[in-house]
Amino acid sequence: MFRLEARSSTPAWFNLALPLLAIAIALLLCSGLIAVAGAGVVEAYGVMLSASLGDSYAITETLVRAAPMIFTGLAVAIAFRAKFWNIGAEGQLLAGAVASCAVGAIPMPGYLAMLLMALVGAAAGALVALVPATLRVKFKVDDVVSSLLLNSVIYYALMALIEGPWKDTFSGYPISPPIEDSANFPVLIEGTRLHLGVIVALIAAPLCWFLIARTTLGFKIRVTGENPEAARYGGINVQRVLLSTALLSGALAGLAGVGEVGGVHFQVMSDISPGYGYSGIVVAMLARLNPLGVVPAAIFLAAVMTGAEAMSRATGVPAFLSDVIQGTALLAMLVALLFTAYRIRRVGAS
Amino acid sequence: MSAVFEQIFQVGFLAAIIRIATPLAFATLGEMFSERAGVLNLGIEGIMLLSAMAGFTAASLSGSLWLGVLVAVLTGMLMGALHALFTVALGLSQHVCGIGVTLFSSGLAYFLYRLIFGQQSVPPSIDGFKPVPIPLLSDIPVLGPAVFSQFTLVYLAIIAVPLAAFVLYRTPWGLSVRMVGENPRAADSAGVSVIATRFQAVILGGALMGLAGAFLTMAQFNAFTFGVVSGRGWVAIALVVFGRWDPWRSAGAALLFAFVDALQLRMQASGLGHIPYEAFLMLPFIFTIVAMAVMSRNAVAPSALLKPFRREER
Repeated sequence: MFRLEARSSTPAWFNLALPLLAIAIALLLCSGLIAVAGAGVVEAYGVMLSASLGDSYAITETLVRAAPMIFTGLAVAIAFRAKFWNIGAEGQLLAGAVASCAVGAIPMPGYLAMLLMALVGAAAGALVALVPATLRVKFKVDDVVSSLLLNSVIYYALMALIEGPWKDTFSGYPISPPIEDSANFPVLIEGTRLHLGVIVALIAAPLCWFLIARTTLGFKIRVTGENPEAARYGGINVQRVLLSTALLSGALAGLAGVGEVGGVHFQVMSDISPGYGYSGIVVAMLARLNPLGVVPAAIFLAAVMTGAEAMSRATGVPAFLSDVIQGTALLAMLVALLFTAYRIRRVGAS
Repeated sequence: MSAVFEQIFQVGFLAAIIRIATPLAFATLGEMFSERAGVLNLGIEGIMLLSAMAGFTAASLSGSLWLGVLVAVLTGMLMGALHALFTVALGLSQHVCGIGVTLFSSGLAYFLYRLIFGQQSVPPSIDGFKPVPIPLLSDIPVLGPAVFSQFTLVYLAIIAVPLAAFVLYRTPWGLSVRMVGENPRAADSAGVSVIATRFQAVILGGALMGLAGAFLTMAQFNAFTFGVVSGRGWVAIALVVFGRWDPWRSAGAALLFAFVDALQLRMQASGLGHIPYEAFLMLPFIFTIVAMAVMSRNAVAPSALLKPFRREER
């Protein structure tokens, strides 16, 4: 017989080993699907790798796709640190996108437009995240369900906008008017789509790490998450910390939407996010809720997504493999996390 | 104006409500069983999609619709078992696992569908279920054509509601489900296996979610599209809360939502369309969030919801 036994401390190398283990298991399990699709496993993963990280252009494409997931990953990681269960990054992203698109369409000097887009987009995301946090603090409403349901509310609000007042009267398509050309985020390398927002995302990660690991607010967030009773006893206003965490988390998710509007699509449409908010949960879990780990985790998922399209063209394996890899990686990571709290011990055999 | 009014409120309207409510009723009852046992299943959205795909594929390859329904139900049960394995046996966090199950199942559904049917400009369709009028009852004015001239799966949903209430409130197993959802420690002391009961409830829930998926692709749309579920799983999550974890109230909530949905569809079709239909679609979610705030004082949610059970831990 085997049983789980509580573990008092977790070795540091687990932080790296567990995500790698989870990713390896996910890729291994999904290689079965590649085989079912009648393609060579090594060939398919090879195409995936070279198309996502094989040359400098591919790398920029992967980074562009990673940027929104870095933001949503940070949003989820910080929220989960305080045990504020923000499943609503998707809706907060959409709110950020809509708000920044509205601002970006107003003629004004470019740098001012970009700054305002970021501020208003972050504020919109923060406001949306404040709803489940306030409901939890004031009415003890379960934040998992309320933040999840808000995603649908925001999605339909977006649809109402782009099929109503924002609808393209010329083509009749449900897309918003584009933002001003001057508000388009500058491209950093000529001939690529690598925009300013990607750099902001890459800088945001260490800033968030600093905030969590080295500031008073970060300390309060961690204590609130690990032991709310102790936090209260130690004089921390837990409710206030939860609200601050929600604002911060929502603002980060909102910035994901800002980047997609300012740097990639320059307008809002119904499929502006292919589930980046939910991917943020995968990213945060793979990163073990560490903001620094969010960057490689987001790049991994982005590489899988970019690579899957090329793999599909080359081998005929449906590109939806990337969605399966994402789900499998999350589930594998959750199981792997058991090893941080428990060890497997043989009992009763002898 | 009255012509428009008449156009909206006719027999067809009532029949449409029943049809829209059916998959929601199945899904809501499924989620309810799971949550009553203490397990939130956010995998519902993906489980419905994968079941819808599996059922459709089986029906279209074999030519037998009932085989399709069976495959959809088995798929739902299998995915329910997977969610239970993670959340009940391993005690992992239910909300994150649920999102994982949804991502995995919907990814798998898209992948397998594309693999089997390829990329076609017109999605392949099947000859779906036909309405089966019930003799005598279908002759009743208004109610007859609306309620008693429906698909067999609709009748099944109508029967499922009292049946679910009976199972939950009047059988020993239902008592066990409620016990492990309210106070697993006490249930354990009383000799009820918390793990086994939760597994059974989540798998039964998966079966009902599978029926919901089957209805979508084999009766309502007769085809599988990537948007075939489009948030109905999340609606079910809301309806369970709105229906206060009770089979009758949950089914009532499903009917209410179906009424609002049917109304917005009619209003769009009648060209009255100045009111954005999205406002109607938003309503159930907003109502549920408000209801959660209002109800929170009564604490009607199963007490052990979201809490894993490990026997050796106190």
